[in-house]
Amino acid sequence: METYIKNRLKTKEILLMTHIVMGYPSFEDCHIIVKQMVDAGVDIMELQIPFSEPMADGPVILKANQTALERGSTVEKCFEFARQVAQEFSIPFFFMTYANIPYKYGMADFAARMAGINVKGAIVPDLPPEEGDEYIRAMSQNNLHPIYIFSPETSDHRLTYISSFASGFVYCLARKGVTGKDTNFSDDLTGYLSRCRRATRLPLAVGFGVKERKDVDYLKGKADIAVIGSQTIRVVEKSGPHAVGDFIGNILA
Amino acid sequence: MKNRGYYGNYGGAYLPEILISTFDELERAFETARDDPSFRQEYADLMASYSCRPTPLTFAENLTNLFGGAKIYIKREDLNHTGAHKANNVMGQGLLVKRMGKKRVIAETGAGQHGVATATMAAKFGFDCTIYMGEVDVMRQRPNVFWMEQLGAAVVPVTDGTRILKDAINEAFRDWVTNMETTHYVLGTACGPHPFPAMVSWFQSIIGMEARDQILKIEGKLPKRVYACVGGGSNAMGLFSGFMDDPVELVGVEAGGRGIDSGMHASRLCSRDASPGIAQGYKTYFLQNSDGQMKETHSIAAGLDYVGVSPILSHMHEKGKARFESATDKEVVEALKLTMQKEGIIPALESAHAFARAFLEVPSLSKDDVVIINQSGRGDKDIFTVADAFDDPKWKQFIIGKAKEYATPGNCSGVPIGN
Repeated sequence: METYIKNRLKTKEILLMTHIVMGYPSFEDCHIIVKQMVDAGVDIMELQIPFSEPMADGPVILKANQTALERGSTVEKCFEFARQVAQEFSIPFFFMTYANIPYKYGMADFAARMAGINVKGAIVPDLPPEEGDEYIRAMSQNNLHPIYIFSPETSDHRLTYISSFASGFVYCLARKGVTGKDTNFSDDLTGYLSRCRRATRLPLAVGFGVKERKDVDYLKGKADIAVIGSQTIRVVEKSGPHAVGDFIGNILA
Repeated sequence: MKNRGYYGNYGGAYLPEILISTFDELERAFETARDDPSFRQEYADLMASYSCRPTPLTFAENLTNLFGGAKIYIKREDLNHTGAHKANNVMGQGLLVKRMGKKRVIAETGAGQHGVATATMAAKFGFDCTIYMGEVDVMRQRPNVFWMEQLGAAVVPVTDGTRILKDAINEAFRDWVTNMETTHYVLGTACGPHPFPAMVSWFQSIIGMEARDQILKIEGKLPKRVYACVGGGSNAMGLFSGFMDDPVELVGVEAGGRGIDSGMHASRLCSRDASPGIAQGYKTYFLQNSDGQMKETHSIAAGLDYVGVSPILSHMHEKGKARFESATDKEVVEALKLTMQKEGIIPALESAHAFARAFLEVPSLSKDDVVIINQSGRGDKDIFTVADAFDDPKWKQFIIGKAKEYATPGNCSGVPIGN
């Protein structure tokens, strides 16, 4: 994964990671959205398995989780969708979900199935390393990347502790709060990102509040991957799944 | 996160990274306070001068005679200021908030008792206060919403998910991850990430410690059984804490709703419908489907209408240290009626679950035995729900009349202005 990111960074100033909630607005639309994103130049994608209690998500993704579940999204359907897109498109895909989903499935089985369908790793925001023994073991046995999270509230000591479990890249929260709220891209953020940089040799992804071109431009030279989450869901809700390509295209232009 | 707070397989701290430092701070503050004898004294003094502690242990003579079995005692947590055991936890956390130097508190509430207690504490200590409450609960507990607002709290109806207690907890966490420097989340029950189960149980243990002293003084012996309703589990943990090392059977009563077989209930430990899971920051038994999605719960009592349960109780359940039963909505209303008519005491619908189960069991106990039922709260708040359950025609007339009064312009029942 690190090699993929470094190679891509030879031709781009910053990579782009985007996010969908599987089954929202529908699996058919999700497929269109993934294709639009990949064709527009997205480098990595997060596929969220919806959960009924998405504690770290703000209103936009929260509602997408609920609606996906109401419309019949299941863990089984999400695995099948992920298998299809990972086969069809050549960029790396990651799962994003909450701890209860792999816990109920069985951590070892969950990881083995991910590896079997070529999903590269997972972001599980409510599973800190202290609670993650079984998860970390299962991921490592299957050569998968457990993506860990840094926050502006994390001490230097803890950044180093977390990075000892991380692989692939590290997800840096641009600010406190939940997904989908505005972020003030400022000197504070720059200072925090340099703390992150000192704590790990892995590439840094930055998300939470990244929603337009100027945000991505600001992160160039400070981070390796910009993450756009809620904003693409807003675009889909406003203009439909076919509008996603242009939205991404404008950011990368 | 040096101590993650496990009780056997349950508990832990499944926290988003952004909250880890806040929980580290809270854990330090709690442990320092717990180890400081002057803090427990300050807490006891506050509860005595502000919240009527120690609450009485009332002998229910008429109910005892009616059933003809064990002697029934009622621990009167309804006589706490604000009408429920919730004050024990809230005032304790309020003292901790002062120690931590924070200026704002937030809380979730189901029945509204925890919300009212938190709003009261915030008024007394001068904190800003926001209460999250599921929209369904706002509808069925209007009197408590009214009081929270009068006490100066902002009440935010939560319209996401199933719009009840668990959704209010999620929303409170979303507030907290944004405002943790200034804000403390006063979690209302012995659930959630460590240190909440330990901390809430520690504050609530005042119930069981008092009850044990009181029964030994009155009867000269320990009770055979003690009964408490179980939503999140804080009043049960409070009562049980006093008898952990005694030969006393601990009985927790969950919400049976429309019957365990109907699937419309909130029984995590006594039904086969729940399984271990991780949500809202901790591991416990949850009512969830095979994918791990939380199910809808049902209870006539908003305060028991919750998908999870204290990890400490899950552990006690597995170890056989406590027995868990359920009472249906119907049984609960009957028990409430009987308690009012025989003893002149109005238990909250939540507490009436413990009464309903005790009434089933006491006839088969010996007259030499003693049981204690925890009356976790008073039932006045439930006037709308209880009036519906009793299908009381006079109450309906009153509401219709009142609605007409409000609907007619200029015909308010308030103080006339200007003449």
